[in-house]
Amino acid sequence: MLINYALAILFLPLLSFIILILAGKRLPRQGDWVAIGSVLITLVLSLAMFGSMLLSHDPGFSHEASIDWMDLGAFRIEMGFLIDNITIVMLLVVALISTMTHVFSIKYMEGDIRYSRYYAYLGLFTFSMNGIVLANNLFSLYICWELVGVSSYLLIGHWFEKDSAADAGKKAFLTNRVSDIGLFIGVMLIFTALGTFNYGEIFQGVAQGDIAGTLLTLAGIGLFIGAIGKSAQFPLHIWLPDAMEGPTPVSALMHAATMVAAGVFLSVRLFPIFTSEVLLFIAYVGGFTAIFAATIAITQNDIKKVLAYSTVSQLGYMILAVGTGAYIAGFFHLVTHAMFKACLFYGSGSVIHAMHHTLQKKHDHDTDPQDMRNMGGLKSKMPVTHWTMVVAALAISGVPLFSGFLSKDAILAGTLAFGAHHPQHFLLPIFGFGAALITAFYMFRLIFMTFHNEPKFPELYDDIHESPKEMTFPLVLLSTLSIFIFYTLPYFNPLSDHGWFMELVKAKDSMVPGNPSAHEIAEGMHHSHTATMILSVLLAALGIFLSWSVYLKKRISADAWAEKLTPYYNLSLNKYFFDENYDKYLYQPLLRLAERISFIDWDLYDKYFINGFGRVTKWLSFLTGRTDYDGLDQTIVDGLGRSISKAGSSLKEVQTGRLQNYMLFALFGVVIILIFQSF
Amino acid sequence: MDNILSWIIWIPIIGMVAIGFVPRGQQDLIKKIAAGTTGIQLLVAVLLWMTFDATDGSFQFMERAEWIPSLGIAYILGVDGLSLPMVALNALIAFLGVFVSWNIDRAVKGYFALFLLLDTGIMGVFLSLDFFLFYVFWEVMLLPMYFLIGMWGGPQREYAAIKFFLYTLFGSVLILIALLALYFACGKTFDMLLMMERAPFALDGVLWWGMSAIKVIWVLLFIGFAIKVPVFPFHTWLPLVHVEAPTAISVVLAGILLKLGVYGMLRINYTMLPDAVWWFAGAFAVLGMINVLWGAMCALAQKDLKKMVAYSSISHMGYLLLGMAAVIAGGAANGSNLMAAQAGINGAVFQMFNHGTISAMLFILVGVIYDQAHHRDIEGFGGLAAQMPVYTGIVALAFFAGLGLPGLSGFVSEAMCFIGAFPVFRTIVIISTIGILLNAAYFLWAFQRVFFGKLNEKYTELVDINQRELFTVVPLLVITIFLGIYPRPFLDMIKETMNVLIDQVVIVGGISGIF
Repeated sequence: MLINYALAILFLPLLSFIILILAGKRLPRQGDWVAIGSVLITLVLSLAMFGSMLLSHDPGFSHEASIDWMDLGAFRIEMGFLIDNITIVMLLVVALISTMTHVFSIKYMEGDIRYSRYYAYLGLFTFSMNGIVLANNLFSLYICWELVGVSSYLLIGHWFEKDSAADAGKKAFLTNRVSDIGLFIGVMLIFTALGTFNYGEIFQGVAQGDIAGTLLTLAGIGLFIGAIGKSAQFPLHIWLPDAMEGPTPVSALMHAATMVAAGVFLSVRLFPIFTSEVLLFIAYVGGFTAIFAATIAITQNDIKKVLAYSTVSQLGYMILAVGTGAYIAGFFHLVTHAMFKACLFYGSGSVIHAMHHTLQKKHDHDTDPQDMRNMGGLKSKMPVTHWTMVVAALAISGVPLFSGFLSKDAILAGTLAFGAHHPQHFLLPIFGFGAALITAFYMFRLIFMTFHNEPKFPELYDDIHESPKEMTFPLVLLSTLSIFIFYTLPYFNPLSDHGWFMELVKAKDSMVPGNPSAHEIAEGMHHSHTATMILSVLLAALGIFLSWSVYLKKRISADAWAEKLTPYYNLSLNKYFFDENYDKYLYQPLLRLAERISFIDWDLYDKYFINGFGRVTKWLSFLTGRTDYDGLDQTIVDGLGRSISKAGSSLKEVQTGRLQNYMLFALFGVVIILIFQSF
Repeated sequence: MDNILSWIIWIPIIGMVAIGFVPRGQQDLIKKIAAGTTGIQLLVAVLLWMTFDATDGSFQFMERAEWIPSLGIAYILGVDGLSLPMVALNALIAFLGVFVSWNIDRAVKGYFALFLLLDTGIMGVFLSLDFFLFYVFWEVMLLPMYFLIGMWGGPQREYAAIKFFLYTLFGSVLILIALLALYFACGKTFDMLLMMERAPFALDGVLWWGMSAIKVIWVLLFIGFAIKVPVFPFHTWLPLVHVEAPTAISVVLAGILLKLGVYGMLRINYTMLPDAVWWFAGAFAVLGMINVLWGAMCALAQKDLKKMVAYSSISHMGYLLLGMAAVIAGGAANGSNLMAAQAGINGAVFQMFNHGTISAMLFILVGVIYDQAHHRDIEGFGGLAAQMPVYTGIVALAFFAGLGLPGLSGFVSEAMCFIGAFPVFRTIVIISTIGILLNAAYFLWAFQRVFFGKLNEKYTELVDINQRELFTVVPLLVITIFLGIYPRPFLDMIKETMNVLIDQVVIVGGISGIF
């Protein structure tokens, strides 16, 4: 039955994609109900699976089914499902956020020229994302991995008339392809060593030592490079902020809650095969990304850009957790983050929607509706949006009573434990706690700049009003789900992550000999729990307080500080010039190299070398003709020579292309040689 | 069912003769005859596909007749898992090609007569099991190609035609020499079945001018076939010819003719000189890598859409060479990794087929826009997505197939080639994977420049893809999607033959191996 549910969850959105692509425009309401209906069913089925998981209460639950997709005798590829508690939780997250996005988009995308196309692509995305979640082997995963990439490409480029949107889509796809190469090489290394793509069999092979040492480390790094791209980790984070060119509900679904979490999901799935070297690499990538992206978010003025860098930073947290061994904490953060970050994105969408419509009404096409400097004071006009965003901001800042506190705390506890155990890696906890401080600061900067203070354009302000119910409903639901209780039931302690989640989603032991066991990691986290809690609450409070002083009370002038720290401020504002440098040192040289290679190929090699053969032949035949006529015929032989001369000049003609002659020559050649040999 | 293979080969000739009797001016009738003939041929090919026994890896539907017994030349035909997909593909492409050519209005009679002759030549090559017959068909193919390019092509058609012809003829001469050498070595027979049996042993240890005879023959054959593939550095004729050839001929060229080179290598080099596969596999892998990267880099620099697609063909054929090199993974020296050998060689043949459908689709689609805009300059379009939504969607799918998107057939075969070659040629494969990125780069970049952005004012008059054009693309699209989702029906058809081929290389090549 579970498998049937999974099949329906997987294929219903695909069916919706196919129907809408082929007939979307002809259906009533452009067929949005097909998409919404299909995703609602997947939500119901996911909830049913989730319910049965809670009821059976079996942390070790695991169910697998597969079919032979390709069978060449020795070489086989299977397609299959792996359903365990991680899968079930993740399916619910995807179905929930996807449903919310579908609902939110009814109004947000109303009147869009490609309304049905938009819903079609959402279906394709939901299908591929569920495919990643359900896959029981690396090959199926890779297929869905790339399909997720393509649906992202299509949705980012939804408004492709804008060059920036078309560029962003292409950039997202290509950046992801860079990392997909790593993933693919990792898959090949594993397959070559173990002869299987199946997770369970891979774990077994690693446990038996069939692949170990450097090879396993290389494979692990390859696989993780896949996660770097998809989860927008440093240095491949560049595509995610640009991806904000897509419609905001898409940003919420894909570029905040689910698709970008796929890298984390992959790392969580494959955690048991990562060697300690790989884990260290993962930890540093994640930790560095967490703090690095946070330092960019702090100076951005575009409301979606702040959220985008915040997402990069939060994904860094999750990756950091995997690296330090607390990978279930990372997965926990994936789930809580999906709720509050999607809420924040819908909130920003609601604000942008309101700004956009008001600006349209005023025929103002120059003011940027996404720039927070153009906002301010929206609190009383958009109370629902405001309060739900505040809740989500509290959650992401790690304030107690909210979900983010629980998951962030678990990650930081893991990091602190790791730092305590390996003092040489003291930077990791610093990254983690530092990012927590900055996060609280910039999140409330966003809240204050958008909703508080005096409005920038009072004449605009009067026309702004709260978004319709289709848009506020997801906000309310997701902000509610950012409260701790939904993750700690049946317990009510807001300071402990103890609850159904931690009971049902249990860490597995690493399969790599020598790595610490799940129990040892849990012990370490337990010991550093109290210290982490105190420190992180203090940091969150400090961040919010600073933000409050700077942006609400204006006791500290942000401009004055920017002045004082100009070089750093500029670095952060310009995102450390990553795009510029990639452009200058990678894309442009690559294009120049392509031009040069093409020039060598076409204008040198072909024109002179290959055609040179033709020229030389022509020249030779000309020479033969001349020698023949002037030399032989005219001076030595007269009568007999004429016939030879004819042969010479006809030879010349041969070279310029009498087809039939060539054919004749070829056949004559055969016949002559054959006759010769038969004697 | 008797002589089904002969029917497949000669049906187009019947059509050609019929066209000869049609009075001038009745262009529609000529086109209808061509469509009917290739249609019947396609039906017979489908029948062949359905009656083919996939559990048997050897030749089926064999036909044998005396031709020139004194010289050991006979008319022998047969089909196995290697030639079957190519025959089916050719039948399909020829049929669709007639509809792609529907707008030809100059010398219609000659065009379709030559087109049908070309069809016969290609089928003959795929189905001949007599080397001499193979060679005759090989040459028969050249002639119509020359005229089709030279008379119905673009502005530089004569240059392109003669270059194509001379280049290919040069290859043919090398094949001819190798053919004669093998003929004498195998006791004066052209029967390929006998040659496969005898050649590996007859030539074992033979030295010519101090060089191993096997290697010499191998190199001759390799160059001859490599020109057709084309393998770097014999590739420069391809972009030129594609740019100049009329759409339908580009379609046949990319869809089928390029595969003849690979087919020749697998059918002749691999089976008659299996020892040398061991010697040459490394070179195959390296050349494959160069093809992948060089082709992709050149494609990235192109301004002409058709030339870009042509260079992408070169890149895609590189994957296939990697897959072919993988066969040696099955040998004891490489740990008898039968898994990799199967993945590689099946992947290579699958890639032949997939590239056939995908590149045919790409060239048809380029033709569609060229017919309306009369140019193919990538920079000269812009924003067509709003004007031609259906066309845009189909091009998007074709481009995605070209860049190896999972869910479409090209991905499956490319992945198989990589996975197969990886155990033996790890570094080469890793470098080649950059091609995955480059292929995506030029396809997406071109797509953006042609379809995205604001609609170019000049093109507000363009109309979307029409019914006839849709009819030529949709079958290829359906195949591409179907095999991408479920490749088994294809792979099950060829796998037994591939096992025979692997055995030939691994066991026969391994025993007599002087290398």
